[in-house]
Amino acid sequence: MKVYLDNSATTAMAAEVIEAMLPYFSDEMGNAQSVHSFGQRAKAAVEKARREVAALINAPPAEIVFVSGGTEADNLAVRGIAEAHRDYGRHIITTKIEHPAVLATCESLEGAGYRVTYLPVSRGGLVSIRDVRKAISDDTILISVMLANNETGTIQPIEEIAGVVAEARARGLDHLHFHTDAVQAIGKISVDVNRLGVDLLSLSGHKIHGPKGIGALYVRKGTRLTKLLHGGHHERDRRAGTENVPGIVGLGKAAELARTQLDERIKRMRKLRDYLEQQMISRFPDVRVNGDGQQRVPNVSNVTFGGIDGESLLIALDLKGIAVSTGSACASGSLEPSHVLQALGLMRDEVRGSLRFSLGAYTTQQEIDYAVSVLSQTVARLREMIPADETESVEAVAESQSKP
Amino acid sequence: MYSPQIAEHIANPRNVGELENPSGIGDVTNEVCLDRIRLTVRIEDERLTDARVKASGCPPTIAAASVLTELIIGRSLRELDSLTRKDIAGALGHLPPAKAHCTALAIDALRAAVGFKR
Repeated sequence: MKVYLDNSATTAMAAEVIEAMLPYFSDEMGNAQSVHSFGQRAKAAVEKARREVAALINAPPAEIVFVSGGTEADNLAVRGIAEAHRDYGRHIITTKIEHPAVLATCESLEGAGYRVTYLPVSRGGLVSIRDVRKAISDDTILISVMLANNETGTIQPIEEIAGVVAEARARGLDHLHFHTDAVQAIGKISVDVNRLGVDLLSLSGHKIHGPKGIGALYVRKGTRLTKLLHGGHHERDRRAGTENVPGIVGLGKAAELARTQLDERIKRMRKLRDYLEQQMISRFPDVRVNGDGQQRVPNVSNVTFGGIDGESLLIALDLKGIAVSTGSACASGSLEPSHVLQALGLMRDEVRGSLRFSLGAYTTQQEIDYAVSVLSQTVARLREMIPADETESVEAVAESQSKP
Repeated sequence: MYSPQIAEHIANPRNVGELENPSGIGDVTNEVCLDRIRLTVRIEDERLTDARVKASGCPPTIAAASVLTELIIGRSLRELDSLTRKDIAGALGHLPPAKAHCTALAIDALRAAVGFKR
């Protein structure tokens, strides 16, 4: 049996998405900029998709910019605001747990003379509103805080931060902008740009059962943003380059499904995720859930198995057809352990034993049952291998945690 | 990223456990990553007749510990003396360069258990 529980990394495309895209690879190959009928049909398909993406986040279609994915959306938001408003300030506020697309862009801007504040997070992974308020200064031009974290699924208090941004603007900080990376939140919780109060929002197709290589940046009307890509006036002059018509059509379909099936998907994923977590905790009482148990998306469970190396567990599970991911140091060739779990204050061993299960809209009860059964055997077998005094220390930790 | 041999040893580690009244114990830890191998061996008539191993840490360490037991059970002490990290690496197929030190930990465990001075 194959069980894919790494939907935070990427998802399978929905059958409806594939079907919607197919004509645009061949018969409907038009360039959306062309005047002839092929071009006009492609243009119409792009605009239909734009309306769907806009509807998913309750935005006007004109404020959606199609880009190549979440990484480009984050780069465009952070660098685009920084460069457009550099004469008014060079200070950016973000958090220690952002996706590398935001963090690395900020680091690159630091090299170009910008000042960046990286806010800490609580043990649950939440940013404090007080920290945000304290960090704002007269030259702050951008606050970028992710909506849901990719490793723990923790949901940040974006609406409250928007309130702080509004206060600052009322004091005269006209050039302060608020961006959120919603790549891991879209399709898992209801997202509304007006309720959130953001000026920019990143989203990606392949995290919501859409295609890879396509995403969108929501840019509130009137926001001055410097382009990353030059060479044409596509996307209302926000992003040059021939439109990826099949990708855009696929994203549009995925957005439509994510919107119309949202309640059903949330219910299903939460039920299965909670079941998975309960089963793990009942079999291994020392399992710890990382991140905020309440404020999190319904499809992610990030847990730590004491005494075990997450990557060893990952490989053993993979051999049985189960795909998960880990924040362990050695994973995927990187020797640096997860910056997110470190920011949560986890000890080295806790990061090492971490495993992320992320469910998709199509995950089934049978798949979770199989995963639980294989996981139980695998964890037990790896624990059997741990030399004696380490096993004792794991039990000691479990015991000390259960005390009030 | 890891060879099929490593994955297979992780999924089905060989000779897991600890011998009672062993002839020797090799309990070694990599101080950098804290990976650990604990090997117990029985030696009779200049021959290693049985071994059990325990290990914790990253996949190559667990796989190296497991494959080590396969390579040493039934061998004479002279044969064991010439066993090197290359033999461990060879039995595991491809090892990522950053992980080559796992084979050293396995050899260290063997030397400590058998009492070879190096």
